[in-house]
Amino acid sequence: MSLVISGRAWVFGDNVNTDAMAPGLYFKSSMDEMARHCLETLDPAFAGSVQAGDVVVGGLNFGMGSAREQAAMALQHLGVGAVLARSFGRIFYRNALNFGIPALLLPADMEIQAGDRLRIDAATGEISNQSRGDDAQVASLPPHLLRLVAAGGLMPYLKNRLAEEAGHGK
Amino acid sequence: MAQTLTQKILSRASGQASAAPGEIITCQVDLCLLLDSGGPRRIWPRLKELGAGVWDPDKVVLVTDHFTPAVDAQSAEILRLTRDFAREFGIQRFFDMQGIGHVLLAEQGLLEPGMFAVGGDSHSSMGGAFGCLMMGFGAIEMTGVAVTGEIWIQVPQTVRIDWSGEFGAGTSAKDIMLKLCREVGTDNAGRVMEFGGDSIARMSMAERGVLCNMAAELGAETGVVPADEQTLVALRVAGQQPAADALEWCSDADADYAAVHQFEAADLEPQVAAPHSPANSGPVSTHAGTVINQAYIGACVGAKLEDLQMVAQVLRGRRVAADTRLLVAPASQRAYREAAADGTLEIISAAGAYLLPTGCGACAALGAGILAENEVCISSTNRNFQGRMGANSAEVYLGSPYTVAASAVAGRITDPREMLT
Ligand code: SF4
Repeated sequence: MSLVISGRAWVFGDNVNTDAMAPGLYFKSSMDEMARHCLETLDPAFAGSVQAGDVVVGGLNFGMGSAREQAAMALQHLGVGAVLARSFGRIFYRNALNFGIPALLLPADMEIQAGDRLRIDAATGEISNQSRGDDAQVASLPPHLLRLVAAGGLMPYLKNRLAEEAGHGK
Repeated sequence: MAQTLTQKILSRASGQASAAPGEIITCQVDLCLLLDSGGPRRIWPRLKELGAGVWDPDKVVLVTDHFTPAVDAQSAEILRLTRDFAREFGIQRFFDMQGIGHVLLAEQGLLEPGMFAVGGDSHSSMGGAFGCLMMGFGAIEMTGVAVTGEIWIQVPQTVRIDWSGEFGAGTSAKDIMLKLCREVGTDNAGRVMEFGGDSIARMSMAERGVLCNMAAELGAETGVVPADEQTLVALRVAGQQPAADALEWCSDADADYAAVHQFEAADLEPQVAAPHSPANSGPVSTHAGTVINQAYIGACVGAKLEDLQMVAQVLRGRRVAADTRLLVAPASQRAYREAAADGTLEIISAAGAYLLPTGCGACAALGAGILAENEVCISSTNRNFQGRMGANSAEVYLGSPYTVAASAVAGRITDPREMLT
C-alpha cells in the first residue's frame, strides 16, 4: 500500500468527536448510509464532495470520544487518504491506523486552508502544502505502526502474521 | 526504579522488569470485555475472514447492553448474533440483558487489583475503580485481541488527581468529573489519571467507578483508583476472593507523576455541562432556570443503584413538573431489583417518572428516550456531543443524578441543594 498521499485538504477545528463522524442514529444502517452523514454537523458538503486521496485536517484532540470504529471506517469508505491533526483522541488514532489510514501530528505553525493541495509521505513524515509552497517535516510513524499501515491495516497484518505462524508449524 | 501503578501493571502484563513512559510494549490481556455494539457483530466476520478463533474464551466477558431490549429488526438480529457467538465460542461469562457491561464487571467482581483488562468501548476505563488498568479500544483492535490475546501499548505518563476534605451536600463524583473536564481538559491521550486523596478513600466503589468512567471524557488512556480495603470488601461481597498481594498494587511513594493536581472537596459545587461538550461545564448556577423538556437518568455512569438512590433523595414527596418528562433507565437488572426492594423505585415512580428497561438506551440514541428537534434535556449520562441522544438540534446538559432529579421537579435546570435540606 502506498504511503504517499496527495489530495485536497478538508479543514476542521478542535475537538471533533467520533459521534460526528459516525452518528449513533445510523449505527444500524449500512456503511454507505453512515458515511453519507459523516461530519455533516460540521460541514454538510463534506461527505458528498470529498474525493479519494483527500486529507482530513483537524485541530487539537481530533477524534475524541467514543471507541466506535465506524468513525475511521466512514473516512476510509469515503476514500480519505490521511488524517492530520495537532493531537488525536487515543482510540480514533489507533482505529485510523488499524484501517490503514495514516494519522500524523501537524506542527502548530503549519498553515493549511480548506482546498489546499497536500502531498504527504507517511513513511518519512514529509508534508508539503503545494498550494502555498510550504513544506514541513513531522514525526513519521513509529516502525510498528508504519508496518501496520504499509500492510493496509490490522486485518491484512493479522493475515500475514497467522500465515507466518502456520509456516513455522505452529 | 520507582514506578506508578500504571507502570507496574504494564510491566507485569508485558513480562518486563519495568516500563518507562513512551516505551512501546506488547501486553498480554487478562480480561477482554466485548459488548453487543463493537463485539461479535463486528469481530465475528473478521474471525471468519482470518480463519481464526478466540484465543481464550475464559478470558472473555460478553455482554448485551447497547441494543437491549430489541426495538427493531436490526437490533433483534444483532442480539441474536451475539448469543450465537457466545454459544459458538463457548463463552461462559455471557451476560444477556443483565445490564450495562461496565457496571456488570463491578457487580460480578470480575476485576482485580493489578489486572490488565481491555474492552471494546471507550468507557471501559470504568474498570479502573478496582485498582486495575482497563482501557477501551475499537472493535478492529478487539479483533486482534480476540485472535492473539495481546495488544501494543505506548506506556502512558501518570497524572495524579488528589481530593481532600468532605464533599458538601448534593455533590457527587459526577460533579468532580464535569469540573475536571473543564479544568484538566479533554485532550489527555498518553496519560492515565490516578485518583487519590482522603476524599477518594472515603468514596464508595460506585462513585469511584464514575471517576474512572469519565476519564474517557478527559481523553485519558484510562483512570485508576488504587485498591484499598474497600476494594477488597467489594470483591468479597461479589463472591470473589481477592489475591493475597492485592493491596501491593499501588504507586511507589517516590513515583514520577507527569503532573499532580490537588482539589478541595468542600469547594466543589454541583456542576452542569452545557451543549455540546462535557468540558463546557460550570457551577449549576450558570445555567439555572434553563427550561427542559426531558430529564434522563441512565447509562453506565449515571443509573447504578446509588444514582437511583440520589434521585429518590430529591424526589421524595415531590413530583416531576408538568410539561417535563423524567425517564429512568436503571443501569443493571440488579440495580433495578435492589432499588425495588429498598423503596427507591417506589419514590421515583410516585414522583411521576417513566421507567425504562435496563440498557444503554437513549445515551447513544440506540434505544428508548431519544430527543426530537430542538428539545432540551438534562442527563446523568457522560457525553453531550451534538446529535448523540437524537436530533442534531437537540440540546443536552449533563449533571449529577441529584441535579437531573431536581431539574425534573422544577422543569428547569436547578441546584439540587435547594431540595436536599
Ligand atoms: S450507557 Fe452510554 S456511555 Fe455507557 S456504555 Fe452504554 S452507550 Fe456507552
